[in-house]
Amino acid sequence: MKKNTPLSKLYITFTMLLLYLPILVVVLFSFNANTGRTASMSFTGFSTYWYKDLLSPVTGFGTQLKSSLEVALWSVFIAGVLAILGAIGMVRRKVGKSLASKITYKAIGAGEQLAMLPMMIPELIMGISLMALFRLFKLPFGKTTLILSHITFCVPYILVTVKSRLITLDPSLVEAARDLGASPFKAIITVTLPLVAPAILSGSLLAFAMSMDDFVISFFVSGAETTTLPLKIYSSVKVGVTPKVNAMCTVMLGFAFLMVGGGQLVSAYAERRKELS
Amino acid sequence: MIEKNDKKQLLAIPMGLWAAAFVGLSLLYIIGLSLLTKGEGFSYSPPLTLDNYIKLREKQYISSLLLSLRLAFFTTLISAFVGYPFAYFISKASPKKRVWLLVMLIAPFWTNALIRIYGWKILFYANGPINTLLKSIGIIERPLKLLYTEGAVLIGMVYCMLPFFVLPVYSSVERIDWSMVEASRDLGASPLKAFITVTIPMTSAGIMAGLVLTFIPSVGLFFISDLLGGSNTMLWGNLIQNELLKSHDMPFAAALSVVLLIMTAIVLFIYRRQGGEAESMVY
Repeated sequence: MKKNTPLSKLYITFTMLLLYLPILVVVLFSFNANTGRTASMSFTGFSTYWYKDLLSPVTGFGTQLKSSLEVALWSVFIAGVLAILGAIGMVRRKVGKSLASKITYKAIGAGEQLAMLPMMIPELIMGISLMALFRLFKLPFGKTTLILSHITFCVPYILVTVKSRLITLDPSLVEAARDLGASPFKAIITVTLPLVAPAILSGSLLAFAMSMDDFVISFFVSGAETTTLPLKIYSSVKVGVTPKVNAMCTVMLGFAFLMVGGGQLVSAYAERRKELS
Repeated sequence: MIEKNDKKQLLAIPMGLWAAAFVGLSLLYIIGLSLLTKGEGFSYSPPLTLDNYIKLREKQYISSLLLSLRLAFFTTLISAFVGYPFAYFISKASPKKRVWLLVMLIAPFWTNALIRIYGWKILFYANGPINTLLKSIGIIERPLKLLYTEGAVLIGMVYCMLPFFVLPVYSSVERIDWSMVEASRDLGASPLKAFITVTIPMTSAGIMAGLVLTFIPSVGLFFISDLLGGSNTMLWGNLIQNELLKSHDMPFAAALSVVLLIMTAIVLFIYRRQGGEAESMVY
C-alpha cells in the first residue's frame, strides 16, 4: 500500500481548512469589540462583551440551556431504558414452531424496524408527523411533547450501538451464569449489562448530543413557552445580526469538542482494557 | 404458547410499542391527513379527497420539487467528488494520524448545524470577510452578491452533508484488500485503471451508503435554504414549513410530506435491493 503523496496531504489540509472555516469565523466574531449593527460582519478588536451579555440573567440564554438539558437528560434516560431492553431482546432471539410464537417473532421484528425508522427518514417528516399526532391527542405543546419526540429519535442511536456490542459478546458467558443458578434477570444485571456498559455509554452520549443538537424536530413540536438552545439560535440567526449568538455558539462548540475528546478517551480506555484481558 | 427459549425477546416489547405509537401511528396519521380538507385555522375535516395531491400539479410546486431534487443531486455529486478522495487519503495516513483526522472530521459534525451555517452566513455577507478580502487585494470593486443565492445554499448543503459521505466510504476503503490492487498493477493496469476497475468496485458498498445518506437528508432540509437562500430558494422542505406555519394547512402540508416520504422510500428500497444494510448507515 502506497503512502500519501504531498499532493494528497495538501488536499486533506485544504478540505480540513474548509471544514473549519465557518467555525473559526464564528469563534473569531464572538470576541468582536464591535457592538454596533455591523458586529456580525466587521471585526474591530478583541473583547469579551458578548460573553458577559450571554450570562446576563435578562438577555442571556440560561433558560434555553436549562430546558435543552432537561429535555436531553429525560429523553436519553427513557430512550436508554427502551433501547437497552430492546437490544437485549433482539440479539440472538429464537423463533418457536407454534403459530403464536411465529406471530410474536414477526411483530417484535416489525417493532424494531419501526424503532429504527427515525434515523433513516428525513427529520422534517418525523417533526411534522409527531406534531400532527400531538394535535390529534390534544397534547399541549411544550416540554412533554419535546421529550416524547426526542425519545423517539434517540432510541435508534442507542439501540444500534448496544446491539452491535451485544452481537460480539460470547453467549456462553450468560449461559454460565444461568447454569450457576442466576435467574434470567440476575444474569442480565450482573453479566450482560456490565459487559455492554461502554456501548451504553457511547450510545447515550451520541443520543445526548443528538438531542441537544436537534433543531428540525423540536421546531415543530415545541410550544411558545419552551425554547431549546438550537431553537433560540435559529430565531436569532434568522432575523440577521445577533452577535451574542457567536458567543453562545463558541461555548457550544467548546462543549462539543470536549464531548468528542471525552468519547475518544473512553473508547481508547475500553480498547486498552480489551487488549489487557 | 410462546416457548420458553424465545421469552427473552419480550424485553423488546416496550420499544416496539413506543415505535408503533410514535413512528408507525404518526406516519399513518399524516398519510390519512393528506386526504382531508383544510377548515378554519389548524382544523381539517372529511370528505376524503385527492385534491391536495391534484394541487401539486401547479407550477410553483413542480418547480420547487425540481429545485429540491436538483440541489440534492448536486449536493450528493459534489460531496462524492470531494469526499471520496478525502476518505481515501485519510485511510492511507499512518494509524496515529488517521485517528486524529477522523476526530477532526467528526468534531464539527457534533456541533449544531445551525452554528456552522451561521458561520457561512457571516462569511457571505456583502461586507463580510470574503468580500472584504477580495476587495482589499483588488480582485473586485463592488461586493459580490453571495448570500441569498442558490450557490450559497449548495455550499451550505455540501458542507453539512460531507461527513455523511466520507465516513461510510472511509470504512469501506479501510477494508480493501490491497493485494488485489497490486495484482491489477502487476498485470499491467495503469494506476488510474486499477483505481477505476478495482478500488472503486471494492468500495461500492461504502459509496452506496454515502450516496443514500447524503441524498435523503438533502431533499428534506429546510433551514439551510432558509438561512443562506432567503426567500429565493423555495425547497420542498420550505414549502412544507410554510404551509404548516403560515397557511396552517395541515392536510396539504401532510400531502407534501407524503411525497417526500415516498421519495425517501424509493431511495431506501433501491439501497436495500443493492444489498445495503440499515445499520451501516450509522457508522
